[in-house]
Amino acid sequence: MLLLVQYTLVFASVLMLVALGGCFSEHSGVINLGLEGIMVIGALGGALMMRYAPEGTVGFPLVMLTLIAAIVFAMAYSSLLGVACINFKADQTIVGTALNLMGTAGATVIVKAINTAEDVNNVSSTIQYIDQKKSFIVKIGDFEFSWFMLIAFIGLAIAYIVLYKTKFGLRLMACGEHPQAADSVGINVYKMRWAGVLISGVYGGLGGICYILSGVSEWKFENGVAGFGFLALAVMIFGQWKPTRIALAALLFGMFRALSNVYFGFDFLMSMNIPGSVYNMMPYIISLIILAFTSKKSRAPKAEGIPYDKGQR
Amino acid sequence: MKKNILKNNVVQSLIASLSCIILGLFIGYVVLLFINPEGAWEAIITVIKNFFTYTKHEAQLKNLGNTLVKTAPLLMCALSVLFAYKVGLFNIGAAGQYVAGTCAALYAALAWHWSWLPCMIFAIASGAVLGAIVGVLKSYCNVNEVISGIMLNWISLYTTNMILNNVKEPTSPYTYQMASHGRDAVLPSLGIEKLFNGNKYVSIAIPLSILIAIIIAIVLDKTKFGYELKATGNNKNAAKYCGMAEKRNTILSLIIAGGLAGLGGSLLYQTGFEQWLCTASSVPGMGFNGIAATFLGGLDPIGTIFASYFIQHITTGGAYVDKTMYCSQISDLISAIIIYLCGFVFFLKYAMNKAIAAREEKKALKEKAIAEKASEGGEK
Amino acid sequence: MEDQYAIEMLGITKRFPGIIANDNITLRVKKGEIHALLGENGAGKSTLMSVLFGLYQPEEGIIKKDGVEVNIKNPNDANALGIGMVHQHFKLVECFTVLDNIIMGVEPNKFGFLQKKEAHDKVMALSEKYGLHVDPDALIEDITVGMQQRTEILKMLYRENEILIFDEPTAVLTPQEIDELMQIMKNLAAEGKSILFISHKLNEIMAVADRCTVLRKGKYIGTVNTKDTTMEELSAMMVGRNINFKVDKDECKPGDVVLDVKNLSVASKLHKNDAVKNVSFNVKRGEIVCIAGIDGNGQTELVYGLTGLAPVSNGKITLCGKDITRAPIRKRNLLGISHIPEDRHKYGLVLDYSLEDNLVLQRYFEPEFTDKAGFLRRKNIRKYAERLIEQYDVRSGQGPVTIARSMSGGNQQKAIVAREIDKDPELLIAVQPTRGLDIGAIEYIHKQLVAQRDSGKAVLLVSLELDEVMDVPDRILVMYEGEIVGELDPKKTTEEELGLYMAGAKRDEVKQ
Repeated sequence: MLLLVQYTLVFASVLMLVALGGCFSEHSGVINLGLEGIMVIGALGGALMMRYAPEGTVGFPLVMLTLIAAIVFAMAYSSLLGVACINFKADQTIVGTALNLMGTAGATVIVKAINTAEDVNNVSSTIQYIDQKKSFIVKIGDFEFSWFMLIAFIGLAIAYIVLYKTKFGLRLMACGEHPQAADSVGINVYKMRWAGVLISGVYGGLGGICYILSGVSEWKFENGVAGFGFLALAVMIFGQWKPTRIALAALLFGMFRALSNVYFGFDFLMSMNIPGSVYNMMPYIISLIILAFTSKKSRAPKAEGIPYDKGQR
Repeated sequence: MKKNILKNNVVQSLIASLSCIILGLFIGYVVLLFINPEGAWEAIITVIKNFFTYTKHEAQLKNLGNTLVKTAPLLMCALSVLFAYKVGLFNIGAAGQYVAGTCAALYAALAWHWSWLPCMIFAIASGAVLGAIVGVLKSYCNVNEVISGIMLNWISLYTTNMILNNVKEPTSPYTYQMASHGRDAVLPSLGIEKLFNGNKYVSIAIPLSILIAIIIAIVLDKTKFGYELKATGNNKNAAKYCGMAEKRNTILSLIIAGGLAGLGGSLLYQTGFEQWLCTASSVPGMGFNGIAATFLGGLDPIGTIFASYFIQHITTGGAYVDKTMYCSQISDLISAIIIYLCGFVFFLKYAMNKAIAAREEKKALKEKAIAEKASEGGEK
Repeated sequence: MEDQYAIEMLGITKRFPGIIANDNITLRVKKGEIHALLGENGAGKSTLMSVLFGLYQPEEGIIKKDGVEVNIKNPNDANALGIGMVHQHFKLVECFTVLDNIIMGVEPNKFGFLQKKEAHDKVMALSEKYGLHVDPDALIEDITVGMQQRTEILKMLYRENEILIFDEPTAVLTPQEIDELMQIMKNLAAEGKSILFISHKLNEIMAVADRCTVLRKGKYIGTVNTKDTTMEELSAMMVGRNINFKVDKDECKPGDVVLDVKNLSVASKLHKNDAVKNVSFNVKRGEIVCIAGIDGNGQTELVYGLTGLAPVSNGKITLCGKDITRAPIRKRNLLGISHIPEDRHKYGLVLDYSLEDNLVLQRYFEPEFTDKAGFLRRKNIRKYAERLIEQYDVRSGQGPVTIARSMSGGNQQKAIVAREIDKDPELLIAVQPTRGLDIGAIEYIHKQLVAQRDSGKAVLLVSLELDEVMDVPDRILVMYEGEIVGELDPKKTTEEELGLYMAGAKRDEVKQ
């Protein structure tokens, strides 16, 4: 049971972070379907940092370095979305999809190149971080507290305050709802949308590194992040683009994802003799069902997905 | 007035696609340079050359056959994406529909020993069911088709692993060989294989996929159904306004799209070219490469034939790169970059048209000025 | 003493591909005056104001503020110079509060954190000073159009703007709200603000403006004192000829009932209540019935209900004796409803289709255009399109194969009118058919509506333009908050009376 709670919190942290990232991007008016790819690249940045951090870096410094690396990588990567969708008015769906594919393919190519360069016989796309992982976890009895739970909570608080209490948040949301109105009062829509996309990169990158550190001690980059970017988008939609609701939605989805890791710990679940694949499918099925019931009356930002063109008034 | 050749939409699409290819390959080359500057040029040439890396003519033919065997399913996935896109939907679920088709075809072939045509139809039906789910969710529940498509991709992957686990070889994670357990289901070749130096995987799949592309081109361009679909895709409200059954068309087009992708699964696995890996942990790239082929083909069914071949050509080519330096995923990266670049195509076309318009206006103004001058001179 | 000019725009020229929107235009606005800018649609008023507001850069000409040359590159520059604008389509974020909309862009803040209390007090003070009643905490989507406009005005005052531009501010208001706005404008001018009032409504200009500058087809025609001129003179300046405001038509001879609506209710997409409440009326052969009312009083939803674009929640619709309450759109079209939609880009056309494909949008499935195997008969489509283009004088660059998107608004509308009328309908529903068109096209469309009526069709016109409401129909039904509050005879009623109905100040209980 404790294990279920622990995994639920870990996966909820991932989903919450990434969904909040999507939330920033969409409030600025850009649909970020590339979150999956952004997560992968963020995870790559963090994993590389853990691998190459100077010998003996442990504890807080290692955590910070890893996070910063993940953020920098993911932000840089999300700027590809910004350039295409904000400056060149590209189709946000195509670009987002391309970002996902490029993320996984690119990370695989890079990691394999590194592995092969070190050892010609090593053609795997896996990075190990057994020792480094320990810095991210504090044991409280049997419960493994991950710093990411705290980071997700802080991320949630920041998102709430920034969106609803600051001048920046007001302007950001105006750009997603009615960019012409924002422009007419002198707000630079392009800049605000860039801000939204880059912030989504920060959150996406954190979510990515959090995800690959969630259970295992190594990550095979060929696998990407198994659709977590899209689950996060489902969380965001279910959360109606509002940070607090996103947090609750993330807990719910996180629990279903956690079940697939720990179902064998429950006797009654084991006695039902359901194949493991079914538990693996659970989060996706649940999100489909939930989306089916909640998408109808969505309060999505009105101008999302529509490239802003100064000439059109 | 002389018609500017650059104004032609087909010419513009061609220029745009070629630019994407060249730029995509160039960026791929730069990536290779970063990894290892020594072999980069050779590697990118290998990717482009694909089967031409073999020196013997027979080997080239045989490997051209292999590339074509995998082009057929890719073309089906691309057509699936294209068909849905004409109605304004982004069928990223093609990847999962392809998996569903694979699952149906393989299970029917290996467990029930059906013959090839029923297997194929079963595959089409399975893909269509997944497409229908996306369509129904979209038109009745307003669920974004990209998100539901991705969810279904994963669901169908896990389901397929679960089902095909029953027809798996006892010693490996792969499904049984077609040749041994599903001989009836192997697609007939009608002698085409002789053209490819007896490549036993070459079958009717190749001509069939091209035929389907042509049929789709005709349906979209010449029929009432195509007229309705494109109207719905261009302006959903106008389609509703003039009484087209917009929801029905949405669902129907996704069913067809799903069927096409499902057929793709059948066209590959019923040749026996590959076996399904029952521990697969990611959705096969076929459906995603289909997206690249669709956009590279300028959203035109005929263009898609060539684009699919190109994408498959470099994907297969990637397998030939020097493994001590690079990995085969460089091809995936290049096709992903090409999709990304395709996002800029609309802008490129827009810029081209704008430049042409500006030039024409300048010319018109000049002519006007000359004409005015001439008339002034006359008055004097 | 020489007059002090607050703003001078001298020799402004602005070109767009293919047209010169402003050709050497000069506009001078004195301090504390209300200066009207008059011109038809497409005369260049909006372009000129966009130049002043920094949205466009002119190719030639200079702008002076208080006699000093200034360079306005964007709305921020305009704001810094104290120039504010109420746009024709309000620039308000619907899901924000009134207060948020007012402070947006100039938010009072400490370290980036909003200080809403401070803003709230300032807005309340301004609201009292100028008599602009608003509720700062209400959401824009919940308040009336009038209050939205007051929010826009407060937005300018909050920024302490000195030069206030009103772009067609009366289009969405009731006559009573218009009077109120006029009074507000006078108050503002009395406080020393300079006001630029863009309009094509002569009576409003005569009532409120001190001076008036007239534009026509991008050119400067002249500036006159309103005291020294007449409506006829202004109108001649505006259109370049004396136009006939009246629509020529014979006496109405109504026949059988074509459309009969009983106790119709249609749900709203915006809120929980019905947008159309228990409405009953009919339209007969050979008459034009007009639904009049301020925008957003249920006219759109009523038309959606009649045409099938939105489901009906209650009531019964009968067309030529057949119940069509639940019939799908296609069936209604086949039974004889033609519909010229309110928004031609959203509903009327598939913009990326060619003109010929758009012209058969309502008939492509007929045997004439589709054979039994489901293939389109391209030859017949071309022939049909060529006939319509000829007959209805639809002009386009390349004839039938022109992409609809590249056609002018007037010709797009003509194409829709041609398509809908040529279907030979029993009932023609025309929703704001002349919106955004120039006078020539308006006259043309009015003639077509009258011709339909004279050939024995039933015509239902939905209009927001008072002139159109008074001139075209044989009967007027006024809608207010989803109900029909009065039936008027255009020959007997006055604009004032119509206005009282439209504002909900007067209603006849007899009909309902």
